[in-house]
Amino acid sequence: MDPFIFFALLQDGITTGAIYLLLAIGLLIVFSATRVIFVPQGDLLAFGALTAAGLQSGHVPATLWLLDGLSAAALLASLTGGVRAAGRALLVWGVYPAVVSLASVWLARREIPAVSILLALAIVTPMGPLIWRFAYRPMADASVLALLILSMALHFVLIGLGLVFFGPEEASVPALSTANFTIGALDISGQSLCVLGAAVALVVGLGWFFGATVQGKALRAAASDPLGARLVGIDAGATGSLAFGLAAFIAALAGVLIGALTPLSYDAGFEIGLKGFVAAIMGGLVSYPMAAAGALLVGVLESLGSFWASAYREVIVFTLLIPVLLWLSLRRGSDEDRA
Amino acid sequence: MTTPPLLALDGLRAGYGRVEVLHGVSLTVPEGRMVAMVGPNGAGKSTLMSAVMGLLPRRGGTVRYRDAPAGSTGQMVAAGALLVPESRALFTDMSVEDNLLLGFLRRRRAGERDVRGAMAEVFAIFPRLAERRRQLAGTLSGGERQMLALGRALMGGPRLLLLDEPSLGLAPLIVREIFRVLAELRGRGLSILLVEQNVRAALQISDYGYVLELGQVVAEGPSATLAADPRVVETYLGQRRRDV
Repeated sequence: MDPFIFFALLQDGITTGAIYLLLAIGLLIVFSATRVIFVPQGDLLAFGALTAAGLQSGHVPATLWLLDGLSAAALLASLTGGVRAAGRALLVWGVYPAVVSLASVWLARREIPAVSILLALAIVTPMGPLIWRFAYRPMADASVLALLILSMALHFVLIGLGLVFFGPEEASVPALSTANFTIGALDISGQSLCVLGAAVALVVGLGWFFGATVQGKALRAAASDPLGARLVGIDAGATGSLAFGLAAFIAALAGVLIGALTPLSYDAGFEIGLKGFVAAIMGGLVSYPMAAAGALLVGVLESLGSFWASAYREVIVFTLLIPVLLWLSLRRGSDEDRA
Repeated sequence: MTTPPLLALDGLRAGYGRVEVLHGVSLTVPEGRMVAMVGPNGAGKSTLMSAVMGLLPRRGGTVRYRDAPAGSTGQMVAAGALLVPESRALFTDMSVEDNLLLGFLRRRRAGERDVRGAMAEVFAIFPRLAERRRQLAGTLSGGERQMLALGRALMGGPRLLLLDEPSLGLAPLIVREIFRVLAELRGRGLSILLVEQNVRAALQISDYGYVLELGQVVAEGPSATLAADPRVVETYLGQRRRDV
């Protein structure tokens, strides 16, 4: 193979691999804290991309009204929880959506790329905690399988909403950078560097959050030993909310990043999310470094596969799961049936 | 007027699924005292702890803590009732230091900031933990784990310490060490509810004792009296009565 084509494919693969890495991290955070396999994360990715695209073309996206509706419901539900809880809820579910709504309506007409992207992140991120609050939390003690079924149901709900909100057309997010760098005979796109930069920044940021802050350690503690976490006063509702908020932010971020590389439609998120899931599985749903390696492997394989055997691209990626699952089940031996 | 007890159970019923384990248990823990609850395996001692903490639904009777009806687990912890469960429930993939740090969370919420000071106090009680501060909790020995579980609870500045089988599965030397620390804590005026299978040791260091069998209190009294009670001696202390 021509080395230039190979490096172009490699660059492409590492860029998409970085996106899968972000999604794998989101899945791991949610799974370790709540045992939920967050399938709708992919749909939030599409929401993020299409919300940014909508704002950029001067529309106020319908996801904003979804945020306002869910926030209002959360505000009403919090009224039963006493004065202090209601006061806090008013700030989170009253003031915040109001500010985001006003900013969106006012700024949508300006069509500034960075503003559209930031607003899209601000609109989609709270949907994580809201989905947790209304869908998962009422059945937080259910089995992993029941939670997975709920995840699938939510996926179909969100995909339906996506079609209503955005229609069937594909849309692109404005690129953060349109620059191109040439090193020797290699072309490196500025957007690829943005994606990698965002992935590295997020990994470093999360490393700091989980390693050095009390909130991050509390989240790890809740994943490590739920009983111990309750006994030191860590509230399972709050950790779930935080985990889903992080995952939704990561999904929206992945959406606005990948949406600039390839146009996305309302239903494109699921497949991208699934590849993030393949990466997370490679880490056994527990190991972040293994998931990172898996994500890059998936990205590069997919990229090379699309060149050599484009019809089998997806087959190659998902077939990768079989040896990985075999290896995991052999390695874990007798405790494979817990869960 | 006597001051109301720190913890008061009256006719507490609790269980799992359809099975009722506790059939109306009454006990009190006065402020500043150590109360021991002894009894055989399956008597419902751990169930009692879970029900007091709100980890299990309380199905009947009342639990009063600090002269108010006991609330959810979160409320109990916030009010200073800290349980060291039988399983220890440590954060095994986190360092000893982080485990202790999270134990301080309750006081941190109350506005306290001196984590180092609190940690130094725990290290003074358990110097072994200071040596192992950077190690993962999962790599500790059984005795060290119990020290860490106890240390984590102490980090929270307990009003009432609930200890579920602190000597379970430990070597005799370590058991002695743990009981020495418990006696020291009692000496400092900490209120403790101790659940133990090691009846002799428990009755030696506590002020008052209850014997729980099949979910019911079958005997109670000052620990010294209870330790001399022929029924208790025969059943739990493994000695035959002299006059037989």
